Amino acid sequence: MNFPILSIITFLPFVAAVIMLVMPANRKTEVRGVALATAAIDLLLAGWMYAQYLLGDLTGYQFIETYNWLPALGITLKFGVDGMSAPLVLLTGIVMFTGVLISWGDDDKHVMSGIQDRPREFFAFLFLLAGGVFGVFVSLDLFMLFFFYEIAVFPMYLLIAIWGWVKTREYAAMKLTLYLFIGSVVALVGALAMYWTQYQNTGVLSFDMIQMESAGFSAAFQYAWFLPVFFGFAVLGGIWPFHNWSPDGHVAAPTAVSMFHAGVLMKLGAFAALRVGVMLLPEGAKQWSWLVMSFAGVAVVYGAYIAFVQTDMKYMIGFSSVSHMGLVVLGVSTLNHNGLVGAGVQMFSHGIMTALFFAITGMIYDRAHTRMIPELGGIAKVMPFATIGFIIGGLVSMGMPGFSGFIAEFPIFMGVWEEQWLLAVVASISIIITAAYIMINIRKVFFSPMPEKLEGHIGDVTVLDKVAIATLSFLMIVIGVFPAVMVPMVEKGVENILRLLGGS
Amino acid sequence: MFTSQIFASILPEILILVLGVLILIVEPFWKEDQRRNAGWLTAGGLFAAIIISLLFGQPGEPVSVLGGMIRFDWLGFFFKILFMFAGAATALLLMDHETAGQRGEAYVLLLASLLGMNLMAVSSDLIMLYLAIETASIPLYILAGFLLADDRSTEAGFKYLLFGTLASTIMLYGFSLLFGFTGTTDLQKIAEVLTAGTISPLLAFGVLALIIVGLGFKLAIVPFHFWAPDVYQGSPTPVAGFLSTASKAAGFAVVVRFFFVALPAFAPSWTLIFAALAAITMTVGNLLALTQTNIKRLLAYSSIAHAGYALIGVVAFSQLGAASVVFYLAAYIATNLLAFGAVMAFSRVTGLEDVTDYAGLSRRNPLMGLMMLAAFLSLAGMPPFGGFVAKVFVFAAGVQANYTWLVVVGIINSIIGVYYYLNVLKYVYLYRMEGENEEQHPVPLTRPYTIALVVLAIGVILVGTVFAPWFSWSDAAALNLF
Repeated sequence: MNFPILSIITFLPFVAAVIMLVMPANRKTEVRGVALATAAIDLLLAGWMYAQYLLGDLTGYQFIETYNWLPALGITLKFGVDGMSAPLVLLTGIVMFTGVLISWGDDDKHVMSGIQDRPREFFAFLFLLAGGVFGVFVSLDLFMLFFFYEIAVFPMYLLIAIWGWVKTREYAAMKLTLYLFIGSVVALVGALAMYWTQYQNTGVLSFDMIQMESAGFSAAFQYAWFLPVFFGFAVLGGIWPFHNWSPDGHVAAPTAVSMFHAGVLMKLGAFAALRVGVMLLPEGAKQWSWLVMSFAGVAVVYGAYIAFVQTDMKYMIGFSSVSHMGLVVLGVSTLNHNGLVGAGVQMFSHGIMTALFFAITGMIYDRAHTRMIPELGGIAKVMPFATIGFIIGGLVSMGMPGFSGFIAEFPIFMGVWEEQWLLAVVASISIIITAAYIMINIRKVFFSPMPEKLEGHIGDVTVLDKVAIATLSFLMIVIGVFPAVMVPMVEKGVENILRLLGGS
Repeated sequence: MFTSQIFASILPEILILVLGVLILIVEPFWKEDQRRNAGWLTAGGLFAAIIISLLFGQPGEPVSVLGGMIRFDWLGFFFKILFMFAGAATALLLMDHETAGQRGEAYVLLLASLLGMNLMAVSSDLIMLYLAIETASIPLYILAGFLLADDRSTEAGFKYLLFGTLASTIMLYGFSLLFGFTGTTDLQKIAEVLTAGTISPLLAFGVLALIIVGLGFKLAIVPFHFWAPDVYQGSPTPVAGFLSTASKAAGFAVVVRFFFVALPAFAPSWTLIFAALAAITMTVGNLLALTQTNIKRLLAYSSIAHAGYALIGVVAFSQLGAASVVFYLAAYIATNLLAFGAVMAFSRVTGLEDVTDYAGLSRRNPLMGLMMLAAFLSLAGMPPFGGFVAKVFVFAAGVQANYTWLVVVGIINSIIGVYYYLNVLKYVYLYRMEGENEEQHPVPLTRPYTIALVVLAIGVILVGTVFAPWFSWSDAAALNLF
């Protein structure tokens, strides 16, 4: 067995969380240092893993590690990544690193950026969340996938409820937790049913997902269980009509948690729905793809429209996430090559883009103490670096060629066109609406004259913030200009899914 | 003939008895203010007893010893270890209780009850079973009413006594009928006679009902739960913790052995009865817990609900079902003792017991905040704590046995549970003490609490992450039944 890179990536955040929790509470700088170092190491490892997969021209599941965990019930700690999950592991590394950067926390009372209150607990819970997310992306064992999935849910509650926006945090945190918990336990029943049915069919007692692909589930079984499993997970992907928790959660969460939530956590839902729902129950996916497709179509247009009418920047981005995640699910529901490739790239692209949006919104809020679009203006003069970042994010969001958004959205629309051209036409309305709200927002917030109230109160972003913005912007442009750094990899993951779907 | 096997089979009980007598002998020689040291002695002694039992008392193939009174197998052995672990933790938690912990009798009573529970886990004869249940119960009646100056405690003790004796009389009546129908008191022989099938279903149902009433009281399942909240609230907190964990688990040990071994012939009817009871217990327990403001009452209703989850494993009536019950109880004992321990440590310093009083605890004592976090998230069934894996196992057993509807009820209930458990954590982590600076109101932990809580918290996390050894023990225990 080679260097156990995936288990190190996954367990390092947990170890760091424990280390931070035993450190003295008043050593804030040291705690932040440990957090940043851990995040940097994890990012490097994830990048190295990604580069290996890409440059080594690997296919299928790689970096596989297997440890027997509970042989009596066939539970193994089995890790591995394929073309679908490797970009998401990298994405998590990036969001974790930039999230730590922008949460660093200036103890200067005038700025109030980042996290000043109990940073030790904040970073520890954030890292528990990150570890859970890594775990889901790399798990090839259904039980372990659930294990990590639930680990990723509960720190969200604490992070939002403790460090969130005072006005809505309790409500939003409880709503989010209950939605996600309900979704996951519904999916859990489906998973247990799959486990026992596999045992009846093949006599094998195992949660190994690669093994389950050939468990021979009957068509009737797949029709019945696809919906609970797929939608149970897709709740976390923000699928309409179960998206309601998501914008509320975004708005209430502290900046780094918003970044995690929109950037990574929603991918967790879409990814698990794809891996467990579509890949293990392919017949069910074919049967119900029309339903998923229509829900996703509604999400795309409806999310964009609701984002358009928002006056709170965080709500706007929150609903735009619903719209963009709708595109991911739409891509998945096509069950064809183009749609799935687009969905895979969109997960990465949207993760980076929305993390950037939330980071910059958080920076503005820390300084202006408001996120209401009508009350803001003239930010470009005082925060030029952040402005450029926001514009780049906006261009990605609109799907402009030359940026990662185009690489992701174009194949999705092609895929949808192949299945149902009318829906592609309807969904493309969302691009126009998106362009409209992004541009209106940029004009008002960044380039209109600054209201007198704010004059003289707003300073520029910190160096750490700039590093975060630059990292995220850079990645979106790289993928837009050189799609070869990601698309071929996702295609390999898609090949495997298409094989399971019967080569359609 | 007194062979080494017989000696091994009752080795833990011998050690407990020696320990109890030792405390009785040395305690009068200690000064008043040193008597709490009996807690160190009890905890240390029980810890040593666990080690010695693990080294020399492990069972091999299941055998009946002492004239068929006792079954020496893994099921009983694993439960004994669990009980002694719970007893040791309770002794540590008792030490700093200002009245109960300062008197040696409390520890002796605890050990006496523990002795009874150990015998409950291994009895394979109706007479032995009844004696064991009484041995376990009577010291607990006294312990519940131990605070003479406190009316609530007196009420708790008396209420527990009245309900307890009534339930055990009803159960005894059931036992006597069973003996009358089968002509034997040995569980295995009862099974043989019943399988031959000469008893009318109606009579069988009556016998079942009587026995379920008696055991239902021990498990505190709905509708035999009415005593639990009052007794938990009134008795000294460590005793309440012991009642809700070890005593409940002992009830489950009897249920599993009695119904799986003696009554497989009636399995279709009793699984159905237990399924209905489990569904009602979970739902009522959780719904009533929602409205509680006193944390001990909240934990009382939550522990009622947890008996319901564990019953799903009994309903499954399979090897995995039995194993999942045992595993569930192991996780639950550590978790609930941790919760009660934290509550005890908090109320010792502040004298307060309402959920709202926990505001700002994570600032007043960050370690205790984390303990509460571990305990309540484990109760809610979140990984990486024991409660998650335990729930998944009982649910898996339920789905396997085609009781999917019951699993769905269980899942809806865990969602309700998440709500009120998180609500407590909201006070611990989110809210602040009104108009006070928390740093000036620390909640210090004394040494016994620190030891007990840290060990329990590590236990909760170990059960939830490295679950293979515990599960294989549970599985070995279950294997002996089939």
